[in-house]
Amino acid sequence: MHPYVQSLLGGLLIGAASAGLLLVNGRIAGISGILSNAAALKAGAWRWTFLGGLFAVGAVAAVAGRGVPPSLAAERPGLLVAAGLLVGVGTHLGSGCTSGHGVCGLSNLSRRSLVATATFMATAAAAVFAVRHAGPALGLAL
Amino acid sequence: MRALAAGVFGALFGIGLLASGMLDPAKVIGFLDVAGRWNPQLAFVMGGAIAAAFPAFRIARRRERAMLGDPIRLPDRRGLDGRLVAGAALFGLGWGLAGVCPGPALVLAGFAGPLAWLFLASVVAGLLAARAAGRTPAAKLGPPAARRG
Repeated sequence: MHPYVQSLLGGLLIGAASAGLLLVNGRIAGISGILSNAAALKAGAWRWTFLGGLFAVGAVAAVAGRGVPPSLAAERPGLLVAAGLLVGVGTHLGSGCTSGHGVCGLSNLSRRSLVATATFMATAAAAVFAVRHAGPALGLAL
Repeated sequence: MRALAAGVFGALFGIGLLASGMLDPAKVIGFLDVAGRWNPQLAFVMGGAIAAAFPAFRIARRRERAMLGDPIRLPDRRGLDGRLVAGAALFGLGWGLAGVCPGPALVLAGFAGPLAWLFLASVVAGLLAARAAGRTPAAKLGPPAARRG
């Protein structure tokens, strides 16, 4: 299957899962928000089962022999910690991530989510530009 | 029943992520590398996801309750503020550096071992630190820190 078709089908599944959580449970599938409230031990078993469903897919993939993506294995631990902290603080302040703003918010025609999505896409592209192009051009290994 | 349904949707979401290519940081970074060899593949993920979720949000606006009886909680904030833009900007920097966002981080935690756990733990630490900072007296003078979801 062409990778574009595979991505489109994967996207349709992600959208269907978000639609299901909204219409069946009445909740937005915003993963950073669900993770934050679960980690803060807010009441609601649904958060843990939703997150558990995501984790379980990974666990089944491991049993099925799916290996660690080489590009992840190549990342330095210090960079992953810094990036993870930025993702955590940023999604709390900005009230959402790729799923909450990028999928659910845009589907809900939210202006806040449109601004958030445009902003995080732009700074993510800027980070990649700095690491891939600007850094090496200046002789820096970021 | 609520928990069971949410678990099924979480798994469906995860299968979608697995199929989509979002679990491979190289693909994510290739999508974000607009100045280099841009790989448009992941645009299809967002396109597909919005195509499937959009009708549900149309339906949700006309309904008060979800199928299991709970109120449908749609975000009610409308205005733009610096906090939203600053937060999204920081999130984007982290996403671009690692090539992993929160959903893929959870699926990767199931199979990609210590580096994936380290990243997920850092995301949770950032979330909890920001929550705690939002409750300090100084932060109460700013915009309300309450979040939904």
